[in-house]
Amino acid sequence: MTIVKTTFNRRSFIKSSLLTGGGLLIGFNWLAACNTADATRGQTIPDEWFKINGYLKIGENGVVTILSPNPEIGQNVKTSMPMIVAEELDVDWKNVLVEQAPLNTAIFNRQLAGGSDSIRQSWPGLRMAGASARKMLMDAAAKKWNVPIAEITTELGILYHKSSGKKTSYGEVASAAAQLPVPKEVKLKDLKDFKIIGSSKKNVDGHKIVTGQPLFGLDYKKDGMLIAMIVHPPAFGMKLKSFDATEAKAKPGIKDVFSIKTYNDDYKPQWCDTTSFTELVAVVGNSTWEVMSAKAYLKVEWEPFADYKVAMAGWGGDQQITVPAGLESTADHNVKMKAAAAQTGKIERRDGNPEEAFRNAAKVIERTYTAPFLAHTPMEPMNFFADVTDDNAVLVGPIQSPEYMEKTLSARLGLPLEKIDIQMTRMGGGFGRRLYGHFMVEAALISQKMKAPVKLIYSREDEITFGIYRPAYHALYRAALDANNNLIGFHVKMGGVPENALHANRFPAGAVDNYLAESWAIESNISVGAMRAPGSNFNAVAEQSFLDEVAEAAGKDPIQFRLDLLKRAKENPVGEKNDYDAARYAGVLELVREKSGWGKNSAGKNRGVAAYFCHSSYVANVVDVTGDKDTPVIQKVYAAIDCGIVVNPDAAINMTEGGIVDGIGQAMYGQLTFTKGQPDQDNFDSYRLVRHAEAPKEIEVHFVKNDIHPTGLGEPPYPPVMGALANALYKATGTRYYHQPFIKNSFG
Amino acid sequence: MAIFNLKINRKEFQVDVDPSTPMLWVLRDHLNLVGTKFGCGMAQCGACTILLNGEAVRSCITFVDSVGDKQITTIEGLSENGDHPLQQAWIEHDVPQCGYCQSGQIMNAAGLLKANPHPTDEEIESAMNGNICRCGTYTRIKAAIKTVANS
Repeated sequence: MTIVKTTFNRRSFIKSSLLTGGGLLIGFNWLAACNTADATRGQTIPDEWFKINGYLKIGENGVVTILSPNPEIGQNVKTSMPMIVAEELDVDWKNVLVEQAPLNTAIFNRQLAGGSDSIRQSWPGLRMAGASARKMLMDAAAKKWNVPIAEITTELGILYHKSSGKKTSYGEVASAAAQLPVPKEVKLKDLKDFKIIGSSKKNVDGHKIVTGQPLFGLDYKKDGMLIAMIVHPPAFGMKLKSFDATEAKAKPGIKDVFSIKTYNDDYKPQWCDTTSFTELVAVVGNSTWEVMSAKAYLKVEWEPFADYKVAMAGWGGDQQITVPAGLESTADHNVKMKAAAAQTGKIERRDGNPEEAFRNAAKVIERTYTAPFLAHTPMEPMNFFADVTDDNAVLVGPIQSPEYMEKTLSARLGLPLEKIDIQMTRMGGGFGRRLYGHFMVEAALISQKMKAPVKLIYSREDEITFGIYRPAYHALYRAALDANNNLIGFHVKMGGVPENALHANRFPAGAVDNYLAESWAIESNISVGAMRAPGSNFNAVAEQSFLDEVAEAAGKDPIQFRLDLLKRAKENPVGEKNDYDAARYAGVLELVREKSGWGKNSAGKNRGVAAYFCHSSYVANVVDVTGDKDTPVIQKVYAAIDCGIVVNPDAAINMTEGGIVDGIGQAMYGQLTFTKGQPDQDNFDSYRLVRHAEAPKEIEVHFVKNDIHPTGLGEPPYPPVMGALANALYKATGTRYYHQPFIKNSFG
Repeated sequence: MAIFNLKINRKEFQVDVDPSTPMLWVLRDHLNLVGTKFGCGMAQCGACTILLNGEAVRSCITFVDSVGDKQITTIEGLSENGDHPLQQAWIEHDVPQCGYCQSGQIMNAAGLLKANPHPTDEEIESAMNGNICRCGTYTRIKAAIKTVANS
């Protein structure tokens, strides 16, 4: 067993008691009401609950409620996080109920959905929560029986004193345990003793989802609640000039039309705030259809804005961001990117003498890759409920970054943090879009003005055209081969609008003697933000397509070529700052080679391979494709993944399958373009997502088995499959795919 | 505004709404049946799929004044106890990720199986192609439908 010092303290438990009161942790009745449906999973709801710590409470009948701290966005943490607590608590999973925790920074660490970090960062805390509760229950039993705690054992919610034959349930001693002090240190289980972690558990919300019960922000209701929508400028580079709401206000069910400013003039935005469309017109009424219909009667004048600067509070200190004036078009971006790529960029890493390596090369390969802006398009459009009074604010809805948005709300509403209550609903996807919670502020301001509870709803068009996109990317790659086809020089120059995707210290940095990484960026007023595997979602495609071409030019098998480079990086790395573990990287390539029968089982198949490292995990793919260049069919995708210990295997496979389908869709069809500042696509008739018939016919997922504490999984399966797809398409069509989307004019 | 008498999930309902109101918002805002989801508002994603006399339709473009006395079935009324074979198969295959599109997927699959109880893979792909799953659970959705079709 591992003995660890607990990081809980009495204060956090006291605060949780104050928050929830009466020993019950249920602080939000609407969400709690949903839990009665869990009776369908076989649990009997206890008459009385005993709160053991901030994460869990135990009923007198032994049923345990575990709070899932992080926002649930489809990554299934609402199942996997409580599994980790339940493992250390040593209870039967059948007796566990799960509730979504509200934002509570006194109890929980990092209540954020992002960076594929929920499990990775909470792993020790969740284990301690379960283990410390178990120790308190053991302590209570030891006192009851007057025996040393060391003689107490537990199994599936039962406490035993083996030598005397005594036993009792967690439920029977929960009341006494709840009175005991929090242990200063606890023993964690040996990994080999895990029973729940590593065994597949079904989604705790599965039954509610398939029966249509209210779970999502858009489903939230409160008596007297009004519906609001916003109208934003039609183009980036424009701002509100004036509006005439006479006609719209006269429409049935409309309560008011007014403008709102998302931030105070002297406000310094955080990373989760936005620079685009910060003055809007709000339409408020009784029902969604009435508000949607009235929007069409609103007359709004927009005007171009001049250049302005924003000081943004970032992770590494304040950043000055220039938002340029102008109505930008994709055609202009492409011209500017081509020109910028021809200039020397900012040197981000330099090993050896790359210039000399290229001068002495027997063969130089140079290729350019591009990818367009993308919109996140989670299926549930942006929405939020707000009920703001002079004294406090209650916000309920889908948000990936509640802790940060609470600060933004506090600044805008002039309310202290403790007067702002944020409750998180299950999210209908997010992919990074819901890290940027301007819609919470908008909902709060509308509620404040209306002096009533309000639910703000975006239309799909509002969501796609509002901004916060994946940037448009550009990459120039060069490789130098000597006369023996050894890779002696590697050069990457990455740029984008308005950000580039460079990760200068990732593979093949560390594997090549002479290496140069440069970056550049073009200013833009089109707002961008993190989208699933930021940067990596382009790097993996460009770099892994390029390496395929270099391997081909060198006359080497593409897997062996990568393994040879990784061997070099492992045994004799170039430079000191290499982000990846070359052995684990090679491990997934070897596993995918074995499972796909690469080389042995490849005859007659159009196969491509790729591997990538991001969010502390390693993923390799082999993709098999048939068909022609206009209508390729993806027959099979193999995935080999090293993300350390897999908490919930079948759910991890599901997420991997989803990442693969998402990657294929974005690479084949994803594209957001602009004409004079206006997005050319605004709904699913023009913004193309992958559909049933285009998904792979089969996906096979394999995990590397090891004892490494869990690393990321929400994002890592998404990037490399795009590279493997590009390489497979080349085999099928004889054409290299340099520019996304791979399938052009797909609406034909 | 006008009064409409609607037959939904084997019960009768009366609503007083504008005749141009899509059934999606009648269900969600006026009848508190929020299992039917809003995704695009233009019949491009399938999240709002309901059954009209057993046939899958998009409720975002099915206006309340066009329904008449047809029987509406929503996800809440697909089965009495949430145990329709498709609902069971969805749980068996643990299909959902975020879950938002799944009621529309299930309702569309219900419409498909009513018309064609034993579809081929191609028929499933074709019939389900109008239902987007942004999380990418397509392979599991297909497997769940096949479980029901083969039983």
